[in-house]
Amino acid sequence: MTLIQKIGLGIFIIGLLIFTASLGLDKYELSADSLSISNEYHAAEILEVAEQEGMLGQTYSSSFDFISAFKGVLKKAQTSLNTKAKENGVPEGVGEWDYKMGDWVLKDYILFTTKKSATGPVSNNPALFLFLSIGLGIIGGLIYIFPKFKLFPGIKNDRIYHRPMTKGIQFSVRSFFLLATTVGILLYGVYYMGNEYFWPALTAVVALLIIAIIWFVEDQRKRQPARSASVDFSGWLGILTGAYLIGFYVLLYWKAEYITPWMIIADPLSLSLSGNEASQWFLYGTLYTVIVLVMGVRMFTKYMHNRYQLIRTGSVMFFQTAIAFLLPEILVRLNYPYYDFKNIWPLNYTFFFDWNIQNLVNSGGLGIFMLGWGIALVVLGVPLITYFYGKRWYCSWVCGCGGLAETLGDPYRQLSDKSLNAWKIERWIIHLVLVFAVIMTMGVLYSFLPKEGAWFNQRTFLGLMIVLLLGAMSFVYLRWRKDRFNFSTLGILAGWAVTLILVGVSAYHLGTGDGKFLFMSSGVTRQWYGFLIGAGFAGVVGTGFYPLMGNRVWCRFGCPLAAYLGLVQKFKSRFRITTNGGQCISCGNCSTYCEMGIDVRWYAQRGQDIVRSSCVGCGICSAVCPRGVLRLENSAMDVNTRATELRALHITEEEVSII
Amino acid sequence: MHIAIIGNGISGITAARFIRKLSDHQVTVISAESKYFFSRTALMYIYMGHMREVDTQPYEPWFWEKNRIGLVQDYVKEVDTQGKALHFTKQEPLKYDKLIIACGSKPNKFGWPGQDLKGVGGLYSLQDLQAMEEGSEGLQRAVIVGGGLIGIEMAEMFHSRNIPVTLLVREKSYWNMVLPKEESEMVNRHIKEHHIDLRLETELKEIVDDGTGKACAVITNKGERIDCGYVGLTAGVSPNIAYLKDTGIETQKGILVNDYLETNIPDIYAIGDCAQLREPRPGRRPIEAVWYTGRMMGETLAYTICKKPVAYDPGIWFNSAKFLDIEYQVYGDIQSKAPENHAAVYWEHKDGRKSVRIVYDKNSGAVLGFNLMGVRYRHEVCEKWLAEQTPIEKVLTNLGLANFDPEFYDEYEQDILAIYNQQAGKNLILKKRRGLSRALEFLQKTGSA
Ligand SMILES: Cc1cc2nc3c(=O)[nH]c(=O)nc-3n(C[C@H](O)[C@H](O)[C@H](O)COP(=O)(O)OP(=O)(O)OC[C@H]3O[C@@H](n4cnc5c(N)ncnc54)[C@H](O)[C@@H]3O)c2cc1C
Ligand code: SF4
Ligand code: SF4
Repeated sequence: MTLIQKIGLGIFIIGLLIFTASLGLDKYELSADSLSISNEYHAAEILEVAEQEGMLGQTYSSSFDFISAFKGVLKKAQTSLNTKAKENGVPEGVGEWDYKMGDWVLKDYILFTTKKSATGPVSNNPALFLFLSIGLGIIGGLIYIFPKFKLFPGIKNDRIYHRPMTKGIQFSVRSFFLLATTVGILLYGVYYMGNEYFWPALTAVVALLIIAIIWFVEDQRKRQPARSASVDFSGWLGILTGAYLIGFYVLLYWKAEYITPWMIIADPLSLSLSGNEASQWFLYGTLYTVIVLVMGVRMFTKYMHNRYQLIRTGSVMFFQTAIAFLLPEILVRLNYPYYDFKNIWPLNYTFFFDWNIQNLVNSGGLGIFMLGWGIALVVLGVPLITYFYGKRWYCSWVCGCGGLAETLGDPYRQLSDKSLNAWKIERWIIHLVLVFAVIMTMGVLYSFLPKEGAWFNQRTFLGLMIVLLLGAMSFVYLRWRKDRFNFSTLGILAGWAVTLILVGVSAYHLGTGDGKFLFMSSGVTRQWYGFLIGAGFAGVVGTGFYPLMGNRVWCRFGCPLAAYLGLVQKFKSRFRITTNGGQCISCGNCSTYCEMGIDVRWYAQRGQDIVRSSCVGCGICSAVCPRGVLRLENSAMDVNTRATELRALHITEEEVSII
Repeated sequence: MHIAIIGNGISGITAARFIRKLSDHQVTVISAESKYFFSRTALMYIYMGHMREVDTQPYEPWFWEKNRIGLVQDYVKEVDTQGKALHFTKQEPLKYDKLIIACGSKPNKFGWPGQDLKGVGGLYSLQDLQAMEEGSEGLQRAVIVGGGLIGIEMAEMFHSRNIPVTLLVREKSYWNMVLPKEESEMVNRHIKEHHIDLRLETELKEIVDDGTGKACAVITNKGERIDCGYVGLTAGVSPNIAYLKDTGIETQKGILVNDYLETNIPDIYAIGDCAQLREPRPGRRPIEAVWYTGRMMGETLAYTICKKPVAYDPGIWFNSAKFLDIEYQVYGDIQSKAPENHAAVYWEHKDGRKSVRIVYDKNSGAVLGFNLMGVRYRHEVCEKWLAEQTPIEKVLTNLGLANFDPEFYDEYEQDILAIYNQQAGKNLILKKRRGLSRALEFLQKTGSA
């Protein structure tokens, strides 16, 4: 590390410390002004209660004290409004819930009131703190990165496994983290769902089932997935980073009221872009974009010699900055709906939600275009472009999650688990998430439909679904019998089981006409999906586990869009990674640096092309191979026989030949 | 039938895997070095922190159990060819019906004074790596003796830890017995631009003892003393067969084998680095200590043992390596001192780190070989051209078929053709550019190998 780099690192750390410390610098004081509540009944009641409780005008030194006091006030105000409504009735012409205070409004009341009630250095000088935290972070990061442009172009993986930041952690520690996080999320899920046990319990049961299948049916118990874990505890910096990220996501998704100072810091930027104050999502978007950009520059230094990497990294930087971050804010400023043109269902699981569709439909021509665009991407864009170029066009060129993984996550790519076990687990989870996403969305669409009447009603929907499900599964089954699809017998059986359950339940609803969908109301299903998959999996585990399990935890195990893209890639795409004859020396660089945990070497050393549904086409395996063995290629010549060992060196019954 | 294999390197393991594929024979693989097969070629990456030792193991531990390949970690002291048994240092003797010797090489030592001191070592085994690791603590300078492929790897290893390195090379230019002049000079330049102290035409005379049995300096044939804490000996390797001395197995440099990889004693075979072919194919050496020949021998032998005798055919020569940041690939017959009938098209990139040399026969015009620095070519395409003795002009006008560089890389075929046009006073035009479809079409064309 040069002196300049040390200075850069120092500045970055100062920025990070100020950013973290800014959460505790302000004091909080509730006043009539800081109460960010537009509902007059609620506001008046809360003020009154606050007055009685002596909260008004009192200064709290931490957000914890303030929020707990304010929660007490809200509870009291809620009860007293309820009693009033019971005794006197709701005032003339006012809706029940415009008068009474529902539980669902509390979250926003707390969040925005806390934000407004802050006084002190941060809220008085948001721009200064923006500079001192995120600004210094950027400057320090770039100062640290820039000198690397002077190094020789070439592979720069020296000492990755010697650094406490990137060497990974022991298998048992990793498992502990994963278990603790999963159990924590499930327990919190019970609370989040309003003490409903059904969904958390169902998730736990499914998780146990997957483990049971892998352990007992597929008999993998003894096969320790040790291929991604460090041997000792020396990867402490990675553990700290992981813990910081996990903490960040937990606060962001579920306890945003404790990070209001960060929202305040982001206010100046938000105001100048969309004219609105910053929400926690704007703050997140800003950080996300800044990180993709700065770490993208780092990618440039690391792969100076590899133009594929340079262009690809440029592409994710562009899509994140322009399409995901700036454009939606500008749309909002122009009074159009917030829309990220590159976000595709089912990754963008809210796309078919009623509020989104209504919002789009109500926004005139552009809104309708957005709706059409979103649907076209799902039904045409994904299969077509994936046919031509493989899923990489999205996963490592466009997608925001992919963009973060390829920039911030690059230093951790070697930590992905390459064991066969991990691959098995991956296939179960990711396809189940896809099924879950589809079912949830169908439930949502179903709830739009009339029960009876119109030509397309809930009954036609169910009927159509039964036919389609049976048809699709039979198709897969027949192709599988003909050996065209490479699934295990267990996989096919599981497919049939899921299909038959869905068909059975749908037939039941069709018979009774009870207006439900798979026994569930779509509201609860979607709430749980958002909590578990949208926040818990994609955020907390997906990114928080970068330093623990590699940078594509979400993309590999959880993303339903990746599952969809992967199916196309596996079964109908021109894309593959070709292997250069007999040049492979089995060194293992390719497997080690494959972020998707694909054992690339397994194929390369046999001279076999690599066709794997999970491959995101990042091209790193090809870049790090010291013998020039791998190339990402597209060709329609042999789409159905891409992965044969045809081009390996081999011996046949008849002769020894080198093909 | 019980087949015992001495050595769990690429050749022994490939033999074991294919025996399992083709038969139900009992297989036991023995190695003193490590329990599990690892990739020797990746040793440097462990030291440099690119990978951990487990990452260099191509198969997970369960693989061996599942495929019923027995693993023994012990040293074979003695082979009893009469009683068909192996004797170990630790465990009980093991009976075999057939024996495959795949025991690899060891680093050469040429009787230098001080060659057995502490802080002196080669780079071949995990134990060597361990010694390097221990010797690196606080190391001020390392001297590496021998300018071959392993020497430059060792230099890169120390370099990755910011340890100053001096590389002693006996020849006038790096690896110039194999590389043609321009390529060899390119590597010289590249070594120096990495600030590795390259000493050409310099030999080791003696290693100096610091008084405690540890190396503290080397003295060169020019009488210069270079202080250093570690001396790497990388002057080539030779078969590791001392333990076979009195067994009746016929050896020279290596274990002598016929085309079927059989030794002079029935039921004993030798493959990989330790095997010396009695009658190598024309233009090939009797011992080729490279990865893929070991793999091919293993596969061929499994066939011979399990199905029917198949002669070992190494095919057309190819190889690859990496000199620091410059990748190197070779296909076919490239000679450092071109014989009379060889002519070449040589193109070098202006950055001085990439080049392409295509050698052809002056008289027949048939293409003979490709030598590539910093550029990747497609193995199968080059091989087909070579096998079919394709005329150079046909190769050059279709050169895009061979290009294997990643997408978006510059394509140099036009420039290479231009050089030929200039040399030959022709005006040929490039017909085929890079692309898999075109390459597949070419490879699948009937009437060819
Ligand atoms: C640092 C390095 C880099 C290399 N890079 C390349 C490269 O890039 N490309 C390439 O083509 N080739 C390369 N090679 C050469 C290649 O690794 C060898 O050709 C290949 O490993 C030989 O395989 P093998 O199976 O014949 O023997 P080995 O891999 O040597 O395996 C033999 C095994 O047998 C064991 N053994 C020997 N005797 C006994 C005994 N008496 N009892 C018990 N066990 C015993 C040894 O300990 C060893 O583990 C490299 C070699 C080295 C050392
Ligand atoms: S196989 Fe290669 S291209 Fe595909 S995800 Fe892994 S490293 Fe990236
Ligand atoms: S493909 Fe390349 S990186 Fe992968 S094992 Fe083979 S030589 Fe090593």
